[in-house]
Parts: sequence; C-alpha cells; structure tokens
Amino acid sequence: MSTEPLGTGPVSTEPLRTAAAGTAHRATPAPVRVAGGRWRDDARAVKVVWRRELIRFGRNRLRIVTSLVQPVLFLFVLGTGLSSLVSKGLPAGSGVNFRTFMFPGVVAMTVLFTSIFSAVSIVWDREFGFLREMLVAPVRRGALVAGKCAGGATVATLQALIMLALAGLVGVPYSPLLLLTLAGEMLLAAVTITALGTALASRMAQVESFQVVMQFVVLPLFFLSGALFPIRGLPTWLSILTRLDPLAYVVDPMRRAVFAHMHTTPAVAKVFGATMTWGSWHVPVSLELGLTAAFGALMLGLAIVAFSRTD
Amino acid sequence: MSMAAPSAPGAATIEVHDLSRRFGDLEAVRGVTFDVAPGETFGFLGPNGAGKSTTISMLCTLLNPTAGRATVAGFDVARQRAEVRKRIGLVFQDTTLDDYLTAEENLRFHAELYGVPRAQAAERLRDVMEMVGLWDRRTGLVRTFSGGMKRRLEIARGLLHSPRVLFLDEPTVGLDPQTRSHIWSYINDLRRRESITMFLTTHYMDEAEHCDRIAIIDEGRIVVIDTPEALKASVGRDRVQLHTADDQAAIVALRDRFGLEATVSEGAVTMHVAGGEQFVPRLFAELEVPISSVSIARPTLDDVFMNYTGRTIRDAEASSAERMAGSPWMRAARRR
Repeated sequence: MSTEPLGTGPVSTEPLRTAAAGTAHRATPAPVRVAGGRWRDDARAVKVVWRRELIRFGRNRLRIVTSLVQPVLFLFVLGTGLSSLVSKGLPAGSGVNFRTFMFPGVVAMTVLFTSIFSAVSIVWDREFGFLREMLVAPVRRGALVAGKCAGGATVATLQALIMLALAGLVGVPYSPLLLLTLAGEMLLAAVTITALGTALASRMAQVESFQVVMQFVVLPLFFLSGALFPIRGLPTWLSILTRLDPLAYVVDPMRRAVFAHMHTTPAVAKVFGATMTWGSWHVPVSLELGLTAAFGALMLGLAIVAFSRTD
Repeated sequence: MSMAAPSAPGAATIEVHDLSRRFGDLEAVRGVTFDVAPGETFGFLGPNGAGKSTTISMLCTLLNPTAGRATVAGFDVARQRAEVRKRIGLVFQDTTLDDYLTAEENLRFHAELYGVPRAQAAERLRDVMEMVGLWDRRTGLVRTFSGGMKRRLEIARGLLHSPRVLFLDEPTVGLDPQTRSHIWSYINDLRRRESITMFLTTHYMDEAEHCDRIAIIDEGRIVVIDTPEALKASVGRDRVQLHTADDQAAIVALRDRFGLEATVSEGAVTMHVAGGEQFVPRLFAELEVPISSVSIARPTLDDVFMNYTGRTIRDAEASSAERMAGSPWMRAARRR
C-alpha cells in the first residue's frame, strides 16, 4: 500500500500500453489523462488560440501584401498629391512635407484595419463552425477571448511594422528610440482595437454585419482620428467628434513622437506636432495612452462577458 | 468499497430527468427522461426539429435547460460545466474544423485546449488519426478534404482527449450513401476498440439500427425507448404495398372488404397487416381492382416510428419545419 502512494496514476497506465504494443500495435489506443489546474488551463488556452492566429497570418501571404496596398496609396499618392497644396503654407526649407505628417496616421490606420479584421474573423469562425470547437473546450471563455485579442494584436502589430519600415521614404529618421516608442504605441493600439472588434463580433450573428461595422465604426474612427489632418482649429462640431474618437488618442502620441525626433522649426512643430487639446489644455501623452489602455480594458471586459454567456 | 455518490460502479454514464428547454413560445424539448449505461451506444431518433440537437446541446453544456436536470459522467451539465466538458467528445452536425489549418494542426489545437499532456499527445494523435485512416494526410490542409474525410477527422478529434462519452450529432448528415457506410464502419470499429459510451442523434432509420438502444423523439417528447429489435417486434405487423390500376378504388375496397386502413405512400397503396404472406393470396382472390405488383416487408424502424407517432418521419419533418419557421432562435441555430 505505502510503497506506491504517489506513483499510482502514471504507473498504472504503463502495463496497459506495453501489453497493447506487444499484441497488436495500436489496436487499443492508450487513453490519455486530461490535466487539471484552472489557471494553467487558461494560460494554455490563451497560447494555443494566439498561435492559431499567427499560423493563419503566416499562411496567408496574399493578405499581408493586399493589406499594404491601401496605406501605401494613402501615404504616397494622397500624401504626395496633397503635399503640393499644403506645403505652400509651410516655411521654405523646413524639411517637412505632408507625407511626414501623414506617416503616423497611416501606420495607425494599418493597425486599425488589421486589428478589426482579425477580431471580426470570429464571425467567420462562427459561420464555419470553428468557434464551437473553442466554446465547448474545458477552459474559461475569457481565456479564449484573451487569446484571440493577443493574436489579433500581434498580427496587427506585425503588419504595421512593415509600414514602419518605410519611415525613411517620407523623411522620418530610423532612430531606435523613435521606432521602439512607435512600436509600443502600435501594440497598445492594436490590443485596444482588437478588443473593440471582439466586443463588436460578439454581437454579430452573420458575416454580412462586417460591412456595417466597416461603414459605421471603422471608417468614422479612421476619419475622425486626425490621421489625415491636424485636429486643431476645426469647427466645434468636428472638434468634439475627433475628441470622442479613441483612435485620436493613439495617432496624437505617435505623431508627437515622430516630430520630437525631427529637426524642424518651432512654427512647423506647432502646426503639425501635438494637437490634442481639451479646451485650451494640452492633453499629456501619458493620459492619452492611459485612456487608450482603459478603453481597451473596458472593451475586453465586455467581450469576455458576452462570450461567457450560455443561452 | 466506499459509496461514492456521483460515479458509483454500475451507475449510468448519462442520467437525464425531466429535461426541458423552451425558446420563447417554442417548447423544443418537453421533459425527457432517460439513462445511458456505461459503454452503451444510445441513439436519439426523430425528424429534424424534434428536439434532438437541443437535447445534445444541453448535455454538452452549450445550452442551459429551462427545467429538469442531467448529469454526464456524474457531473451536472448546468453547474459543473468544466468537469463535464473534460469528459466528453463532440462531433457536431456541421463541421467545426479550421479549414486553413492542416489536419494535424487542428488536432494539436484540440489537444492543447483540452490539456492532453505533451508527452502523450503525439502518440495519441497518431493513434486516433490511424484509426480513421488519415495519418498519411496529416499535413494536408483541411480545406482540401472531402466531406467524409472531414467527418472522420472530427471523430478522431473527438476522441483525442480520451473522453468518457462521445456525442455525435447527426454524424453522417450531408454525406453520400457510400461515405455514410464508411463512417459507420469507423464508428462501429471504435465501439469495439475503446470502451466508450456513445450518444448519437439521427433521422436516418437505418442508422438507428447500429445503436444498442434508441429513443424515438417527436415534438420534444420521448415516445418510446427500447432496443431496435424489441421495437420492431412490438409493431408485429408486416407492411404490404400494392401497385394497382386504380389506387383510390383499391383503398375503398380494402376498407369495405378487409376492414383495413390503407394509404398511398411512396407511390404505392400501403397497409400494415399481421401475417403478410397469408394475407396476399386472399387479396388476389377477393380484391376486384387489378393488381400489378405486391411487396411484403418485415417491420422497419419506419414502421415503428409510424406506429408510435401515427405518421411517417417525412410527414413529421414537414410539420416541424412549419412549427419552427416563426422562431428566430431556430433560424439562427440552423444557419450554415
């Protein structure tokens, strides 16, 4: 009795397996033991859902390329086209053109579109049934949502890093500190927007709803974020709307970082640099990033609650 | 030696008592009660919309019962969900694979999600894939698989974590007859190899024959539970079908002369009589309507269904489709 108090579990399966192997190989598949431990289970679930997102991202090279088309068009076609118009207002020889201004906005746009697309793929998972495979697993639904958000955020950050690599083409220096700052802000934005997309996806019954989300959520978020124009000196109604856009609190810190690393005149920095104000108060970067994180946490919470319901 | 309450030896693996589920005004399941013994293959037979999938969803912890209770492997399906989920394998009516992953990646995802220890996972993965004959295709993207291969892969996946109970919701729906019989040979093989309890639903009568016991379910209620043999024996009567020159005249004559209620079913005048062989010579002698052909069939589960519900399974499906048409939940549930 006391000779094998701890070894009973693993040891007892051993004779079974060797016996099976001796007679007919694999005639009786050896049963496996399902491990316990709630938190370990959840951590593993986060990891496996995250890894699936990465496998799917890596396998779809065409999507990686097509996702670059839109930001590249914005940056180099729209940016160049508007430059000729906008540069007239800039002091000569300032070394800044409109493309430089747009660059952080276009990187944020890449994060926005990729994050939303990754999150909303839950609706496809539901349509093609794979969501059920996940929902019946013996893990907390919160872990699945967290894994999905982590995966979507990673994918969006990777995609945006490709855009970030184009910095030199629009006159933004490859300063390690700047790139690190931007990458960190991209990751925060990616997590927040993926959480928003996941919360939206929890309410979406069919794939057709994706168009609704694009038109009523993604495009307004993008246009009001200040990605394409300075959000200072706007008419009151537009000024208010831009301040209600969570993406604006990501674009602004990214743009501040870019202009902090550029040698420009104070006049240019004033026009194109920090623009986020509440009334006459300049909102500090730490508060902007804090608000972004808080909004992301709220959305993540909503998504977890929505997916944890059993009808 | 101890009298452990939840899973005492010999206790039922699935215990269901007065389980009900309603969706708004629609009572999808109306108080079903049954037990499934360890190692038994138990089938739910009924038309689409009879409440089969709703029952299976409740037993798999995906749907809360509105009344009654059920335990699977000794754990309550509403209160001990995680415990139930660890011990069950599922093969759904619609495929639930990730098309963009390989067969092996799909199974590995499952193994990790269910916490199969890595040391055992590789061997177990190979075992189950060989069992369904897909080991050679393990690196193929699921997208390139046929319907039958996908279903086999799902069966393998359902077994990967060595569940106590395997739930199969319409395991062969949408497959061609040849693939259906292949799937059944895998399932029967599996019953021999792994001493597993199986709960399956089907609306194919011939598939119910594979079960140790079946429950016939209609409009959310269990009509009868027994072995397929006992059910067929309980009907007792043979089915006689005639092709005649004038079916209406034949039906009238059968009623007047033999006191038989005949109907036109599958294009033939159909009736149920005890001792079909003895009846047919009388029929030829006494029925004035010319007969072109006669067939006699032993009772099938179709006849059992008709005997207990008063209609054929096809009629039942037509009326349940009407019953569900107004329910948004059902529309959502049936979405592909």
